[in-house]
Amino acid sequence: MPRILILFAHPRYEQSRAQRMLVEAVADLPSVTFHDLYETYPDFNVDIVREKELLLQHDVIIWQHPFYWYSAPPLLKQWIDMVLEFGWAYGPGGTMLKDKWVCNVISSGGAQEAYQVGGKNRYPILDYLRPFEQTAYLCGMHFLPPFAVHGTHKLGDAELDELAARYGAIVQGLAEGAFELSELQSLKYLQELGHTNHSNA
Amino acid sequence: MTDGFLFQAVIYLTAAVVCVPLAKRLGLSSVLGYLLAGIVIGPFVLGFIGEEGEDIMHFAEFGVVMMLFLIGLELEPAKFWRMRKMIVGMGGAQVLFTVVVFMLVGLAVGLKWPAALTIGLAVSMSSTAIVLQTLKEKGLMKSVSGQASFSVLLFQDIAVIPMLALMPIMAVSASKRSTGGHDSATIFDGLPAGVQTLAVLLAVLVIVVSGRYLIVPLLRMIARTHLRELFAAGALLIVIAIAYLMQLVGLSPALGAFLGGVVLANSEFRHELESDLEPFKGLLLGLFFIAVGASINFYLISAQPWTVAAGVLAVLLVKTFVMLGIGGMFKMSTDQNILFSTGLSQIGEFAFVLLAFAAQLGIITSDISGILLAVTALTMTISPLINIATERLVLPHIGTIEEPGREMDTISESNAVILVGFAHFGNTIGRFLRAHNVEATILDNDSDRVDLLRKMGFKVYYGDATRADLLESAGAANAKILVSAIDSPEINMRLVETAQKHFPHLHLMIRAENRSDAYELLDMGVNDIYRESLDTSIRMGADVLKRLGFRSYAVTRSAQNFLKYDEASLRKLAVDRHNSKEYIVRVKDEMSQQEQILNEDLHAILSSNDHAWDSEHMRSVINPPVDKVKSE
Repeated sequence: MPRILILFAHPRYEQSRAQRMLVEAVADLPSVTFHDLYETYPDFNVDIVREKELLLQHDVIIWQHPFYWYSAPPLLKQWIDMVLEFGWAYGPGGTMLKDKWVCNVISSGGAQEAYQVGGKNRYPILDYLRPFEQTAYLCGMHFLPPFAVHGTHKLGDAELDELAARYGAIVQGLAEGAFELSELQSLKYLQELGHTNHSNA
Repeated sequence: MTDGFLFQAVIYLTAAVVCVPLAKRLGLSSVLGYLLAGIVIGPFVLGFIGEEGEDIMHFAEFGVVMMLFLIGLELEPAKFWRMRKMIVGMGGAQVLFTVVVFMLVGLAVGLKWPAALTIGLAVSMSSTAIVLQTLKEKGLMKSVSGQASFSVLLFQDIAVIPMLALMPIMAVSASKRSTGGHDSATIFDGLPAGVQTLAVLLAVLVIVVSGRYLIVPLLRMIARTHLRELFAAGALLIVIAIAYLMQLVGLSPALGAFLGGVVLANSEFRHELESDLEPFKGLLLGLFFIAVGASINFYLISAQPWTVAAGVLAVLLVKTFVMLGIGGMFKMSTDQNILFSTGLSQIGEFAFVLLAFAAQLGIITSDISGILLAVTALTMTISPLINIATERLVLPHIGTIEEPGREMDTISESNAVILVGFAHFGNTIGRFLRAHNVEATILDNDSDRVDLLRKMGFKVYYGDATRADLLESAGAANAKILVSAIDSPEINMRLVETAQKHFPHLHLMIRAENRSDAYELLDMGVNDIYRESLDTSIRMGADVLKRLGFRSYAVTRSAQNFLKYDEASLRKLAVDRHNSKEYIVRVKDEMSQQEQILNEDLHAILSSNDHAWDSEHMRSVINPPVDKVKSE
């Protein structure tokens, strides 16, 4: 049964609304290891050995974070810089992460319509996630489409509740091995899948 | 009596407070200052103290008692064993040869052998009080001459025990005996000499045994109360009780105290006892020197000037030459040997004890003892002058004084960092630097720690880092950074002064105890100040918040901001506080700021700084108040 590692990066979690609901939907699932990076490394001093061990113990890696300035909060970048070492994660002999699945779970203030050609943010979300996608590619990992909560400032509690539940269901599904890789990779957003699952259930 | 006491206290203290700084200003040792103060207020100059000077002397002898207790404390058996050759060899030879010479002189002028021997014994003593004080002030304790002097003095201090024990036996062969002096009505008066000697040995045994099985448990009990003054009281009690016991059996209290010190040297209370008794010792020794100065009988000297002068000259010359010979035997370099020999050429305070005891036993006449006492006091007074003369007039022509500590510690490193103080604080710094392959030249003035750390493979050097010469030999000229991890603000200030004066190129990084000494360091131009009460307490506070459920990252940032704020306000206030008018106002201002910071920490600092992450704020801008949205 695949094990799921959620690498959660939020510098201001105590005041977040959307991310809190997302976290609450998954953190206590039995197949999930929820790893709060800002709580663990407030000094940015990432414990590389420990992080590598965690990676090896899991099959699906989720980078869960608010989408700040079209990217992740700095500690997640720090994590990537420190942990994904040459000769371990990539480069010659760097095959330790090969064939693991990885995806971003993000929340953004901007609405989904903004992330398209002609929208305020001009490009689709996937374009902004290219660095993550390429990182995954270089490490031999399979990059899944993102689970994105757009327009968080305008979302009501009921909508957020629904999205959080969908997130929980998808993570549960991943843990049960319910999805085919090709099925997932054909999606634009991971939540589309949850939507069908959710409505089926 | 109350009036008299207060008056006398004023006289003594004034004399000390005036004369000692004056002596220091003139480059003389404090001992000479005290002695001169004593002469000035004594019966022959100003006459403030007369007969009672004698009583003061007896009281002040307690300073000598404490000094010997402290010397004993510093003398662990292991250290004693290491120095055994020097102590027994040099000390034994010194006492033996001096005694023989003066005994022959005594016999030659027609004295009986017990009297001649007693004079020899008395004269062979040197002044531990004067010599150690001088060596410490000059920082020469660790030089070869310092070590040699210490060894000889130690041997003498120990040798006084059998000497005093011998006297009653010698008295039997002397003609008459008197019993009961003014201060030594011993419980054994009138008993046969053998019994007295036995009693002396018994008293020694009592001290050794009770030190182990009575005093240490007692101190443990006191220590558990965590009352510092009670511990000081306990320390005083130990010394006074030992002194009293010794007096009961007619032995010198100083020797008993010395023995008590040695017994306690290995106990865990060594350092506490030392630091608690040190101030008492210093004050009482000062008083002792004043009393010595005041007791110089100038009538006697003027009545028999040539006898006294001949005595003084003979003592100084003979003792100096005997010691020069010994120094030569032990292959000391010429300059060290001269320092050593001239330094020990005076007669010591134990001569007072020996002579008084001998006179009381009738071994020597009061005339002889009077002259010898005058000679003793005069040599003690002249001795510091001889030191100055040696240092300034003789040594420069013989060769440079060896770098102090050169023989003990050859500091060969030329490291970029000099780390002063290797207790817990400095130890951590040193280990951290070492983890980065930065070897610091480490200076520490606790010889025990130095020994221990050396055993553990650290390169630690012994010495007082406030001395320019030691810094020099530690490579200060080539070093870049001087780190002080010393806890005492006073020593740190002195260290900074010395470093700034002699090695202005050194970058100073100094530990401070609290805000107020941080201010002083800032005033002195030190920029890198590390308050021991700052970082750790903030970290602890941050951990408390985390334990209460605050997010770790928010608290960490807040702690960093707090540290920054505190440093900034420290600097601001350090400048402002010189404007005393403004000071109070600023303090209040700072306090209110502090309060504000404390109250509004998360909000005031974090939300203003972290606006970018404040989704609450963004939402309120993007979504105007809810009812408004609804109405639109």
